[in-house]
Amino acid sequence: MSRIELKHIDKFYGDNHVLRDINLVIEDGDFMTLLGPSGCGKTTTLRVVSGLEKPQNGIMTIDGEEMINADLAYYAEPSKRGLNLVFQSYALWPHMTVKENIAFGLKIKKLSKEEIDRRIKEALRMMRIEEYIDRYPNELSGGQQQRVAIARAVASNPKLLLLDEPLSNLDARLRVDMRSELQRIHKELGTTIIYVTHDQVEALTMSTKIALFKAGELSQVAAPMELYMNPIDLEAADFIGNPRINFLEGKAQYKDGKLHVKCELNEYTFDKADMTDEEVPDGEFDCVVAIRPEQVHIFEEAAPGRVAVQVYANQPAGSETLVSLKIGNSDFLSKQIGLIHYALDQEVFVEIPEEKINIYNAKTTRLIKRAR
Amino acid sequence: MGGKGEYGKVKAKKPRRPFNKTRLKNQFLGVVKNPFNLIVAISLIVLFCLIVIPLLQMIASTFTVAKGELRRIRGAQVGDFTLYYWKYLLVGQMASATLWGPLKNSLFCGFMTVLVSVPLGSVLGWLVARTDIPCKKLLGMLVVIPYMIPSWCKSLAWLAVFRNKTSGSLGFLAGMGISVPDWLAYGPIAIVLCMSLHYYAFSYIHVQSALRSINSELEEMGEICGATKPQILKSITIPLVLPSVLSAIVMTLSKAIGTYGVAANLGNRIGYFTLATKMKNFINGSPQGVGYAMSIILIALAALIIFANQRIVGVRKSYATIGGKGGRSTEMRLGKAKAPLMIFLVVFLFFAMVMPMFVLVMETFQINTGGGYALKNLTTYNWIGANEDLAPYYTSYKGIFYNKDFGKSVLNTIRLTFIASTITALCGQFLGYISTRGRGKWYGSLTEQLVFIPYLMSGVAFSAMYVAMFSKPHLGGLIPTLYGTFTLIVLTSVVKHFPFASRSGTANMMQIAVELEEAAEINGAGFGRKMARIVLPLAKNGFISGFMLTFISIAKELDLIIIMMDNRTTTMSYLAFTYSQEGLNQMADAISVCVLLFILVCYIIANAFGADIGKSW
Repeated sequence: MSRIELKHIDKFYGDNHVLRDINLVIEDGDFMTLLGPSGCGKTTTLRVVSGLEKPQNGIMTIDGEEMINADLAYYAEPSKRGLNLVFQSYALWPHMTVKENIAFGLKIKKLSKEEIDRRIKEALRMMRIEEYIDRYPNELSGGQQQRVAIARAVASNPKLLLLDEPLSNLDARLRVDMRSELQRIHKELGTTIIYVTHDQVEALTMSTKIALFKAGELSQVAAPMELYMNPIDLEAADFIGNPRINFLEGKAQYKDGKLHVKCELNEYTFDKADMTDEEVPDGEFDCVVAIRPEQVHIFEEAAPGRVAVQVYANQPAGSETLVSLKIGNSDFLSKQIGLIHYALDQEVFVEIPEEKINIYNAKTTRLIKRAR
Repeated sequence: MGGKGEYGKVKAKKPRRPFNKTRLKNQFLGVVKNPFNLIVAISLIVLFCLIVIPLLQMIASTFTVAKGELRRIRGAQVGDFTLYYWKYLLVGQMASATLWGPLKNSLFCGFMTVLVSVPLGSVLGWLVARTDIPCKKLLGMLVVIPYMIPSWCKSLAWLAVFRNKTSGSLGFLAGMGISVPDWLAYGPIAIVLCMSLHYYAFSYIHVQSALRSINSELEEMGEICGATKPQILKSITIPLVLPSVLSAIVMTLSKAIGTYGVAANLGNRIGYFTLATKMKNFINGSPQGVGYAMSIILIALAALIIFANQRIVGVRKSYATIGGKGGRSTEMRLGKAKAPLMIFLVVFLFFAMVMPMFVLVMETFQINTGGGYALKNLTTYNWIGANEDLAPYYTSYKGIFYNKDFGKSVLNTIRLTFIASTITALCGQFLGYISTRGRGKWYGSLTEQLVFIPYLMSGVAFSAMYVAMFSKPHLGGLIPTLYGTFTLIVLTSVVKHFPFASRSGTANMMQIAVELEEAAEINGAGFGRKMARIVLPLAKNGFISGFMLTFISIAKELDLIIIMMDNRTTTMSYLAFTYSQEGLNQMADAISVCVLLFILVCYIIANAFGADIGKSW
């Protein structure tokens, strides 16, 4: 359990500026996910926290205690930071059994033999792999190795648990299992967790908070649902959500305390209360109307507030149906629950709740109207 | 924060801070408290002392008057600057005999060896890797056996077959009444053929592994496009393996030019000298400065060849491995060509391996080397003859098992190979560790470059350098004169094998993921514990196979240590060489047979640890 604070962290590899002025507070007990595409600096941030990388600038504290002070070239050793790390490759020592792998760090801590045995048992029980205690890593499946790696990290009772894309080497089914397992560990241990992933589903399902990275910078830190509903810019909006969010080009104007937006689909007027602090240009300007596919509701009958569109394609996939729709030059996607069949080129009517729409400034790409 | 366009504009700038005492202290502690930094520093200093300084020292000694030349250089003091040695070598009256003649001979032998061995090795490699020739596995094994045999052993086998009246006792052919002319028995043709039968292994191993790594779909695509087999060979297969062939050429050439043992055994008797043999005469005699100057020329020659190779092949080299994704390989059917190719292979193996080895072994049982294999000419005296009174009747020595020199040389060989290869393999692992963990950092590449230097030098040139360095005390006696000591021989063997050992160390360390070490760090392991509990146990197997290969390589060695040998430090290789020079052929042969057996046993052990013969040069 601990509170981590990163202040103005900069990291260079040669002339390559990989972390740019990272400021991040991770509250005690958070499940913080560092999310972003590959090469955005999320793993580097994790390694900075762990002590495996030394940033050239910045300060990091854990529970108020300084762990990094680049100005003084002070870097606490990884083992002095009270944390443990689960590597993407698991990094299980192949020449040690499961038991020896877990005992390694505990022996270094000079714990008594009984205590070590107790901790090993407890960790294995928690990960439900007690029966593999005497196996070597290469005698275990990928999923089992994963559990051992987590058990090894958990056994040292870390105040802070770091996980570097731990699920990326597992198949889809195991991933779902492990997601719930990790959630449970977080609850049982109450440990602060920092979790790195490029998979937005993992981020959205497990975290209490998500830090979204973009090209070495932090672009947004928010709770999962807030991040999903109000991505801070077009890139973030595009990255979060599957199927992808719909972007429709439009024109907007801020007049008399209201935002007026026109696009091929419809015309909208939004209250100032729904707008962000972003500055809005004077007069008419280009904007992007962003609509989540699940907010596009399709009806066969016309009604007030519904817009006539054409069905372009229809992809039923069992639990859900993706429908591509077309109006004028714009096309967009709708996600319907269940199996629904539409004929191609059929005329249907869509209804979109206005409060769920995001508006972005096309030029700055920043969010100007929030969804509720 | 802003739009995407702005990221490009932010110029990366590293912080510069004003002077700060705490910061300086922390930085200093950060460097000193990490044992890895200490190891890097020590390694770099040691490499510098063992490689760079001797090289500079040797270069300097060719410009400095030595005691031996005081009388020849008028008015000079020991230690004065002089161009005497270089003038002697390059423009003196003897220049054509000391430098140009031997240089011409070296180049001739080198290029001819390439001409014979590279096509031979390439064809063999292709046959084994890509065709449906029968008994492939056996062939693949037999074909590399000649490479296990030290090249100087081959020259003894050659002599056993072709020796004629010129050098006293007759060889196998002369004994059967076939007159063997000098030009066949000794000199360039003998040298070229002997070296070819050794160094074809380079081309074989290179081409074969390149062919294996190239997806055969590339060739099949050619077939689909309607190309005939010769066309496919010419325009697809050969261009793809060309980079490996080129690097095989370079290795063969640089090795062949520097080879001493073969050239000395087959050339000295008729006054045919190469750069390497001539140089040894100068270094053991006088003026030594001339010998050192010659060894600089040898080093320059090798460096030039390797540099030229990197310029020519350099970038293109890469595709042999890039194309190596698909492991599938279909065999080319040889059809009618199968029978003639098989015959060629059998004949080749017979002449390259079976017959010389047979003759060599048989000669150890003969009383008169040219006397045929009739029972009355056969004896076991050469091996186990204990009665000294009978000695003059045989070879003037007791059988080698009762020969004190032989016993001593066996002990010396084992002592040298054990000590030197243990040190070498250990250093190799550490150097490999530094190179892999320092990849992309200045100390990583510096280590790699320093370690590569001994590779440029032929064995004789390298040991000449060490002799020059350690023939007088340094640092006011802190480094004593090591000339003629066992220590110097060990040191030379160790450093000369650094390139190979560190390469195997690097390959070994590459297999140990950095995360395994980081996981240990996170769990609180210090450097020592990390090494002892994680790195060393994981490096163990690679270490053993690296050790065995170094062991064999040092056991075979003759060229490297020949300059430093005296009565006390004789190894088996050197003893065989001396006996052969003295005309005690049966003795020399018996010792080579022992060396061969020793090496074969080592190979079998090495193979059991998964060592690959193809990596042992």
